[in-house]
Amino acid sequence: MKKTFFIWVSMLVLAVIASVAGTTYFLRSSMKERLIISTTTSLYETDLLKAVETEFEAKYPIDLNFISVGTGIAIEHAQRGDADLILVHSPTDELGFLTGGTGINRKIIAYNFFAIVGPETDPAKIQGMTTLQALSRIVESSRNGTAKWVSRGDNSGTHAKEKSLWKDAGFNLTTLSKESWYINSGSGMGETLKKTDYFSAYTLADMGTYLKYQKDGLISLKVLVEQGKDLLNVYSAIAVNQTLHPNVNFGGAMTFIKFLISDKGQQIIEHYGEDQYGQSLFYPAVHLLKENTDPTIAQWIREYAFFNGTECPPEYRKGYAELYD
Amino acid sequence: MHPALGNEIIDGFLKALQLIFSGDPTVVEISVRSILISSSATMLSVLWGLPVAAILGLKRFRGRFVAKGFFHAMLGIPTVALGLVLYLFFSNAGPIGFLHWLYSPTAMIIGQAILITPITVSFITSAIESVDPEIKDLAKTLGASETEASIAVLKESMSGVVLAITASFNRAIAELGVVLMVGGNIAGLTSVLTTTIALETNKGNIELSIALAIILLLIVSALSISINLIQRRRT
Repeated sequence: MKKTFFIWVSMLVLAVIASVAGTTYFLRSSMKERLIISTTTSLYETDLLKAVETEFEAKYPIDLNFISVGTGIAIEHAQRGDADLILVHSPTDELGFLTGGTGINRKIIAYNFFAIVGPETDPAKIQGMTTLQALSRIVESSRNGTAKWVSRGDNSGTHAKEKSLWKDAGFNLTTLSKESWYINSGSGMGETLKKTDYFSAYTLADMGTYLKYQKDGLISLKVLVEQGKDLLNVYSAIAVNQTLHPNVNFGGAMTFIKFLISDKGQQIIEHYGEDQYGQSLFYPAVHLLKENTDPTIAQWIREYAFFNGTECPPEYRKGYAELYD
Repeated sequence: MHPALGNEIIDGFLKALQLIFSGDPTVVEISVRSILISSSATMLSVLWGLPVAAILGLKRFRGRFVAKGFFHAMLGIPTVALGLVLYLFFSNAGPIGFLHWLYSPTAMIIGQAILITPITVSFITSAIESVDPEIKDLAKTLGASETEASIAVLKESMSGVVLAITASFNRAIAELGVVLMVGGNIAGLTSVLTTTIALETNKGNIELSIALAIILLLIVSALSISINLIQRRRT
């Protein structure tokens, strides 16, 4: 009795271990080399990266694994060595990431604009104003109880932009965020837009996500302030330093960055969304910066997203000199 | 722009049924992955939970109440809290980062197994305790050894054990926090029913979300109902 009991138990234990191991094997990533990319939500939730992935994986034997988070968390992931590459849009945070030693070989890949969006009725009457005027006006109306503001509140790139705009408009964010009309969303761009729509409030949105959600009929918000220099939104790709995290796939990361800035990669960015949304959601930045095709915008990008006159100071580069000529 | 809520739900429901019955590859893939991951997690939790529960339910020793209390307290552990702790462990900067399990099904299986262990242990322990203690004595008077008597008790508590396993699986397949934080919701690799529902709702793909939610409900209720039927036939 005792003997058969133990035989049964050990057989069961083996069966469990075998089936768990089998499942793990069955579900594992493909045999291809794996590249983990922590990305800002705007690039992922608009499905731009899906379009990029299809083209990239057809050309290279690399499996792209996107983790969609805000810029703040993406940088945090990279600093822990949990991502091989990040796609982000907050120059100040990116500089910190480079000087901290984790980020190397930064390349600006695309840009678009942020916009202040709000209800069609525009209770604060901000349409056509400059960004900073509009923000002051929103605060004024909100304090009278006729308007509301929804903030991302998640340390994302858009949130960083919003904070710097409030500062430029002369407000103290710590005090503002305690007022009852200031709603902290604490979620990604899409979710924040839906909350803004629900509360008939105003928010700062990147045009890519706004256009997708608006055309898909998920929100009925209207663009009220757009296109100013202070609303510029610049996306970059930054690789993770292999000296700091020996396990990261640096070669794969550089292959992906080179693909993004290649003519093919830039074309995908340029045309993505034209069929579905009638206009592009993002604009390619590589050619623009190199050839100065639109001097005004190129100058804006240089002032906003360059460090010491370059997109990546030489001390934060490693090999791949062709990226920067 | 804003359809009446009722219409949206009905439309979503119809399109969802269409997605399910047309065997949409994404829907099938995500459902299969969910079932495989959660059943593996359940097996693991039974593997280490059953012996623990047997000791807690059959033996009387000092510290038994503390141990039982611990598993009871962990029953309602918030999934995001556990997810965060596990992320820090699996992270490359963490103690077991060298295994490179972060953002893989392996991490998700282990995470869910840990999450449901308190359910497995607590429920099986109570099932064993609810068996009439005289059965053990009776078995012994009939000449059974200590081990044989314990097996007799375990056999008597079988329906409670099955219920514990079902409840564990249901908690595993329905949770979001752990799989999202250690799996990362990578399309084609670690996206499961719950993480996809969260993401697709956010992206506005309501039909896909409803389809996946229906599948999740079907899996959970089909399992519970069939267990129920089997048990009724046996008694």
